[in-house]
Amino acid sequence: MSLECGVFHTRYASDMGLRPRPAQRIRLAVFAVFVLCFPFFAGDYWLDLANQVAIATVGAIGLNILVGYTGQISLGQGAFMAIGAYAAGLLTLNLGLPWGVSIALACMLTAAAGTFFGLPSLRLKGLYLAIATLAAQEIVEWAMTHWTAVTGGTEAIVLPSPSLFGVRLNTTFNFYWLAVLAAAGTALFAANLFRTRTGRAFVAVRDQDIAASVIGVNVFRTKLLAFATSSFFVGLAGALIAYYRTIITWERFTLETSIVYLAMIIVGGLGSIRGSFFGAALITLLPAMLANLGRAIQETAPQAASLLPYAQQAVFGIVIILFLVFEPKGLSKLWGNVKDYFHVWPFGYRRE
Amino acid sequence: MDIFLQLTVSGLSNGMVYALAAAGFVVIYKASDVINFAQGDLLLLGTYLVFFAIAQTGMPWSVGVAVTILLAVAVALAIERLVLRPLIGEPIISMIMVTIGLSSILRGAVNAIWGPAPRSFDSFLPEGDIVIGPAVLSADRVLSIPIALAVLAALWLFFRHTRDGIAMRAIAADQQAALSMGISIPRVFGVAWALAAASAAVGGIMLGNIVGVSPNVAAIGLRVFPVVILGGLDSIRGAVVGGAVIGLLEVYTGGYVGHGLSLIVPYAVLILVLMVRPYGLFGKEIIERV
Repeated sequence: MSLECGVFHTRYASDMGLRPRPAQRIRLAVFAVFVLCFPFFAGDYWLDLANQVAIATVGAIGLNILVGYTGQISLGQGAFMAIGAYAAGLLTLNLGLPWGVSIALACMLTAAAGTFFGLPSLRLKGLYLAIATLAAQEIVEWAMTHWTAVTGGTEAIVLPSPSLFGVRLNTTFNFYWLAVLAAAGTALFAANLFRTRTGRAFVAVRDQDIAASVIGVNVFRTKLLAFATSSFFVGLAGALIAYYRTIITWERFTLETSIVYLAMIIVGGLGSIRGSFFGAALITLLPAMLANLGRAIQETAPQAASLLPYAQQAVFGIVIILFLVFEPKGLSKLWGNVKDYFHVWPFGYRRE
Repeated sequence: MDIFLQLTVSGLSNGMVYALAAAGFVVIYKASDVINFAQGDLLLLGTYLVFFAIAQTGMPWSVGVAVTILLAVAVALAIERLVLRPLIGEPIISMIMVTIGLSSILRGAVNAIWGPAPRSFDSFLPEGDIVIGPAVLSADRVLSIPIALAVLAALWLFFRHTRDGIAMRAIAADQQAALSMGISIPRVFGVAWALAAASAAVGGIMLGNIVGVSPNVAAIGLRVFPVVILGGLDSIRGAVVGGAVIGLLEVYTGGYVGHGLSLIVPYAVLILVLMVRPYGLFGKEIIERV
């Protein structure tokens, strides 16, 4: 499906394009048409799932920038999403800002918070950084539930639904466009980021921080920048969830959330944009599909159906472990295998 | 004063449970560099297995405890063989995620088998109260402290004096050199997981006696991190001291300052230690500058 046969680039610009080959462009076009037509055919249930997947894609790409591309393990995803969500909601409720402005400010605020929690990465690596972000997660979680004056504690915050050009985005259909726009914009930004010097520096820090420092990458600055960029999008995901549900509760942003997002990028593929999307889709759809299964067997085997919530938890763990053991590069690599097969199609030999 | 004494005893007995879980974490980390996020779930497994053995099948408590430890060890060996071994040498993120996956599976399985409602069994630690002056201390909590210390001391002696313990330290120091001296690495990893499960099972049994059997036990798994960071990631002694300090700090802030704060004090300590002395009180100092 990459079909490199017979493609010759005569200009550098075309060679360096984001999607240099016709087959890639056709694939993208087919996918875009599918995404644009989808809401006109899908019902409310599927649209809701699609919105969740789109928002999760934004968050997963954000996390992948930090974990997959820069190699800084973060267990604080839930905390950063919480900061984005609460900031976006409270700025509108308390200061009366328009929702778009609140979301933009919330993203920047999350980026600042991310940079702050990235400071320990000056001295800490790997496991230690993971544990430091775990502490950040616990502290933010505690602040959400105990700092009643600002967050309302365990009470939910109710938001007005956003509206754009007079259209209220209070249905799954209307919100779909905002969510898809955000996901597409994030993906485009990230795809281009890793073609720039800054993005390459992220990857260099992941692969060999000492070597990166020797060739003139300011390692600490790069790590902080990665934290900021990543948190920006994670905050965006949080803010989108807040406005999609029009209700903010702390339960949505616990350590479990951090783990779910880590699972997305593991299953999808570390250091891969399309992998972030695949992972977000699989991990979001898996519980929904299991719940469907539960409803289907409710009649015939109520006993088994009652075990389903626990089975869901176990299946989540099993999926993570199966991917780590059998395909550590995730769904992205599986998709790559398919593409490699068609790389020089119709000829039999493969690219090495 | 009486409140102080009561708080101290309950802090120390909590701390010793933390220390038992943390010691398991340290053993696994030391031998195989695996960061075990499923340590709390091994505790959980311990409480439910002892509940199963004593309350559901009606074994006498001594047999029940032995059966619990054996079953926990069997589960740990299976985990090591099926899940961890294929991942030897993978990056740290894989190790973290695989143990998170394990934790999810264990929790799901325990809930599916025994249900989410809290259970209890007849405690076999002496019930009553010990009265020292004005302070009333519950006997099971007081007694749990020496039991835990004995188990931890046994672990420490194991590292010092047995063949497998020394092999484990050799592997921690240099895997290749250990291999060339004829040490079987898979065997040692297996032993490490077995020990971690046994020590967590003892912690779980104590918890089952003192606070009862419920799915919330797994939450203690996260307390392990402040403990091991404070004590040092590769030190059993550190796990004991760290467990005691964190346990005490928690109940003191809970008792004297306010209940809400006690949830977060361990993490504040954790961040402080990471900033000042990341290798902890007794950990091996590794300096790396980039």
